[in-house]
Amino acid sequence: MRWVAAAVFLAAALLTGVLVGPVDLGALAVVHATFAHIFGLHSPLSGSDDAILWQLRLPRVVLGALVGGTLAAAGAAYQGVFRNPLADPYLLGAAAGAGLGATLVAAYARNSGLSGDLLPLAAFAGAGVAVVAAYVLGRSAGAAAGPAALVLAGVTVASFFTAMQIFVQQQHVDTVQQVYSWLLGRLSTAGWREVGIIAPYAFASWLILLGHRRLLDVLAVGDDEAAALGVNVGRVRLLVVVAATIATAAAVAVAGLIAFVGIIVPHTIRLLFGGSYRQLLPLSVIVGAGFLVFADVIARTIMSPAELPIGVVTAFFGAPFFAVVLRTTRRPA
Amino acid sequence: MSALALDSVSVTLGGARIVESLGAAVEPGEWVALIGPNGAGKTTALRAVAGLVGYDGAVTILGDDAAALSRRDRARVLALVPQVPLIPGDISVREYVLLGRTPYLTYFGSERRRDHDAVDAALEQLDLLALEHRRLDTLSGGERQRATLARALAQDAPILLLDEPTAALDVGRQQQVLELVDSLRTQRGLTVLSTMHDLTLAGQYADRLLLLDGGLLVAAGAARDVLTRSLISEHYGAEVALVDTETGFVVVPVRGGTIGNGA
Repeated sequence: MRWVAAAVFLAAALLTGVLVGPVDLGALAVVHATFAHIFGLHSPLSGSDDAILWQLRLPRVVLGALVGGTLAAAGAAYQGVFRNPLADPYLLGAAAGAGLGATLVAAYARNSGLSGDLLPLAAFAGAGVAVVAAYVLGRSAGAAAGPAALVLAGVTVASFFTAMQIFVQQQHVDTVQQVYSWLLGRLSTAGWREVGIIAPYAFASWLILLGHRRLLDVLAVGDDEAAALGVNVGRVRLLVVVAATIATAAAVAVAGLIAFVGIIVPHTIRLLFGGSYRQLLPLSVIVGAGFLVFADVIARTIMSPAELPIGVVTAFFGAPFFAVVLRTTRRPA
Repeated sequence: MSALALDSVSVTLGGARIVESLGAAVEPGEWVALIGPNGAGKTTALRAVAGLVGYDGAVTILGDDAAALSRRDRARVLALVPQVPLIPGDISVREYVLLGRTPYLTYFGSERRRDHDAVDAALEQLDLLALEHRRLDTLSGGERQRATLARALAQDAPILLLDEPTAALDVGRQQQVLELVDSLRTQRGLTVLSTMHDLTLAGQYADRLLLLDGGLLVAAGAARDVLTRSLISEHYGAEVALVDTETGFVVVPVRGGTIGNGA
């Protein structure tokens, strides 16, 4: 039942994503043309319509689904390894690191003609450096300090990287707009190239995270008890964090910082279907993919032809939702 | 061969010696209780046996050196029920008890038929089958305790480590849990090592008591040898009366130490 509902939600999102736009393509023709492309057959659409579908809408929808599924799964995984309902994929400083990387490129390499290629790369590297720094710092507090030390290290690293980012930005005020639009997240530049950048990371991380779904349930009973059940807690935490972080960094590199997906989606699933990671992780991938595609449809239609940053849409729905989560998760002790 | 043997086990945490050269053995099928005042090192000794803190000396589990056992192998022979288990509220009783099968699964593996059978048996034995699909946060304290015990049983380990199994339970629930542990011990042939703060219950349920104070083993033996007025006065700083009733041995705190006939 829950699987059917999630699959229908994703299918509806994908179809809405390719159908909604200034040019009406027709649902049947779109599905037909999509399969025609995949299997190398002749597309029923006219040349320009076919280009709209294949070059503009489809890569954007696919990218949205990959980014959404990745952020939701990474968020769920972070919440699991840190046993912290507020954990999101950016918890260990990935956002701040990516922000610094992007800002450095915008400030120092903007006239090199390479900034379009360099920016995702720098964001990816920045996110990686920040998380590694947080992990090393957190571990130096000793394994006994547990997940709390890691979270504090993440906060520390994030503040430091954000401070550096703001400093660089202040020195190069002309970069503010480019950095700002990047920080709010966007899928508007989506093409198959972006899909190609994130796809391997997304699929690899989904595979690793889903492989850990049972072990994340074990971690939920605490580090000591998990260890007493024969689990190497440190290794599980490291593997999950690495997988979630690489995927998050890839998502950030192609789509900027899209807030709240990693929190809203897993928590909705917890409320509706329970908190076991056996269901939570796969459902997060499916529902997260659908959610971000829907959010993108809203982002590009609500003020059409102008586009709203997708991070604004997810946060606009995310903040009220968060209030609901906080209220409904208040249970008698 | 002893189920558990500790040979001069010492634990140092943060520079402080918590357990000092503890030597003890627990025979198969026996229930041994670690007693002692707060801070005596009971829980730390239990955690050392479970491999959760480092120690000097040797712990032998069913004839094997514990330090040489892998985590998984250790978890197949030792099941631990902590004093305050961390309960993930939003998973079901069955999902929770299934976690007990972790030592039998490979890293990325999932449960098979025999794992589900072991869970069914544990749920049935603890009368939890009717609750198996309930979320843990909808259970009462006593039901949660049973769910934690079921998880430990699903582990199919011959040795059960219990840290204060009756903490935070009322007197009726305390008895029920200990009766349950005792019947499980008989039915499954389990060996039990538990810490206990209630001396009366410790004396009534355990076969032998180990009295720790300041990390040192200061007395060991049957209840009537360990629960003496002088030992309790010396190590707990408490004035008690000891009553040997027909159904068990009772330790009663008294004011002023004027009552009591000794034992």
